[in-house]
Amino acid sequence: MPGTETKHKVRDVNVRMLRGGSGPPLLFLHGANGLPIWLPVFDLLSKQFEVFVPEHPGFGTSDNPAWLRNIGDLAMYYLDFLDAFGPHEVHLVGQSLGGWAAAEAASRNCSRIKTLSLLGPAGIRIKGMPSGDNFIWGVEESIRNLYHNQTIPDQILAMQPTDEQADILLTNRFAATKFGWEPRWYNPSLERWLHRITVPTLIMWGKEDKLFPSAYAKRWAERIPGSRVEIVSECGHVPAVEKPEITAKEIIRLYAGTR
Amino acid sequence: MQFTFFHLMPYRPLDMAERHKHTAAWVVLPNTLYDPKQGADEYQSYIDQLVYAEKLGFDVIAVNEHHQTAYGMMPAPNLIAANLIARTSKAKIAIIGRALPLVNNPVNIAEEFAMLDNLSRGRIITGFVRGIGNEYHSTGINPHWSHERYQEAHDLIVQAWTKPGPTSFEGEHFNVRYVNIWPRPYQSPHPQIWIPSMGSSETVKWAAAPERKYPFLVTFSSRELVARYLNVYREQATQYGYEAAPDQLGWASPVYVADTDERARKEAKEGVETLFNDFLAVPFQMLLPPGYMSLSSMKNTMRMRKALGAQKRLTMEELIETGVVVVGSPQTVRDQLAKLRDETRAGKLITMLQFGTLSDELTKRNMEMFASEVMPHLR
Repeated sequence: MPGTETKHKVRDVNVRMLRGGSGPPLLFLHGANGLPIWLPVFDLLSKQFEVFVPEHPGFGTSDNPAWLRNIGDLAMYYLDFLDAFGPHEVHLVGQSLGGWAAAEAASRNCSRIKTLSLLGPAGIRIKGMPSGDNFIWGVEESIRNLYHNQTIPDQILAMQPTDEQADILLTNRFAATKFGWEPRWYNPSLERWLHRITVPTLIMWGKEDKLFPSAYAKRWAERIPGSRVEIVSECGHVPAVEKPEITAKEIIRLYAGTR
Repeated sequence: MQFTFFHLMPYRPLDMAERHKHTAAWVVLPNTLYDPKQGADEYQSYIDQLVYAEKLGFDVIAVNEHHQTAYGMMPAPNLIAANLIARTSKAKIAIIGRALPLVNNPVNIAEEFAMLDNLSRGRIITGFVRGIGNEYHSTGINPHWSHERYQEAHDLIVQAWTKPGPTSFEGEHFNVRYVNIWPRPYQSPHPQIWIPSMGSSETVKWAAAPERKYPFLVTFSSRELVARYLNVYREQATQYGYEAAPDQLGWASPVYVADTDERARKEAKEGVETLFNDFLAVPFQMLLPPGYMSLSSMKNTMRMRKALGAQKRLTMEELIETGVVVVGSPQTVRDQLAKLRDETRAGKLITMLQFGTLSDELTKRNMEMFASEVMPHLR
């Protein structure tokens, strides 16, 4: 069942949001490429959860408040967002940049969060193991490098974006640059505080991720107590798109463990 | 008119076949392609050319800053300027410019320019730029804050030059408790600030403001765009309530003069085409990282690019046709430059008389021809 598009307001900031399904709330934080369409993975998750997929402030057509200057601001925004829910209620899922924001938020305050799922998150750096430079990759290269199965980029590249869609893509690149250019896709302080994440946590990584090497999963798991790693084979940077069944199954399994 | 002899100092011995195994002569081009012995020869030739320009009667000799590229061998242009101070006595020396957002402490720029201004007893002209997009890749500075950092760095440098110290500076990007430079600039209130630009409307508006009136130089643009942007500046000045003086307006262009149009075209062709296609051309994502241009300017640029289609190698003939370069007999060059000067009422011409792989010999002849056959007629 497709989700519906709504507007969502937290304090003075309006954002676009997709929502659908019923059950306990699941908040999905998208990656640097912006708010996706209602993906098959959301359909699968919406059988168990009420799924909320907000477009981050600064992305697409959401408000772009002047105070939003770094990843910490985005994390604090989502802590405000979570205040609308009850204690230990929300299943928080974050992809890439969204995973970074989710980890930043959870390391500050886990009181509204029931489980945390990080899908190929940005946010930490291991020396000698650099991320891919998606700011210097060409347009086609940057789409191809995100996926293992090349039929997905074939489909994406076959679509000619409208002017409106092209503007949204450009806005998203501006926002991603603000958060991720320097230091490149990480916050030097985050790794030190990951032990403050005390909720059940899943770390999922595409084995063939060309943006953030899947070897990063181990470091995340070492820092977050009791977390579990799931490496997905034949999968690039976006398990939620490339392997929706496995992604949904593992998130639901994490939830089942808390009941 | 005021005449400037401007140099980029390209690395001419570049192996072009190797160059084209990489996406650009910037950022990713292996520096093993740089040969220090040949590079040292290049520096010597180029500095000699700049010194010779003073003898030929140019008012200003000029250098600029570029990083990690064969396009220009001056990551630290002030070092060249210091050398030129020692070897010249009359000409103004312009550093157009320093890329303000790329540094972590703009006070260093204020200090270095103040030193040069003292060493030269007031012959320094400065230029403030943001660097090319490529340089946000090579320095790591976040292009999203390019405009903010530029504004703050400008304010901080002018404050350091003009406000009796110690003062302090409070910004988003730069915070300096003690701004108190020694030496202060030789010129009062401070060396001129020129603004080379590809013509963004935000920059025009800012440069033309009555408290600044910074000379505005349109670079590497067709004659149509030079005229358009200089007119925008003049209109902006009118809106501010004053008339823009000729010395507030200028443009920069490669120029080549020989006895006949035919000979000029033959001799300039390789230099012009290597400049634009081999040294300057870079992929879009390198040239325009997000934030380097404002979002609205970038949206327009993307639509224009979509309409233009695939990029191809530019020919000298096309570049002459649109007036990005001026190549021909003395009469042809005089006529074209005079026409644009009269249309725009611009008082500054920034000439590039060495460009791309143009040899020392042809550069020297070009400089002499320009100085004797063109300059006196346009003054």
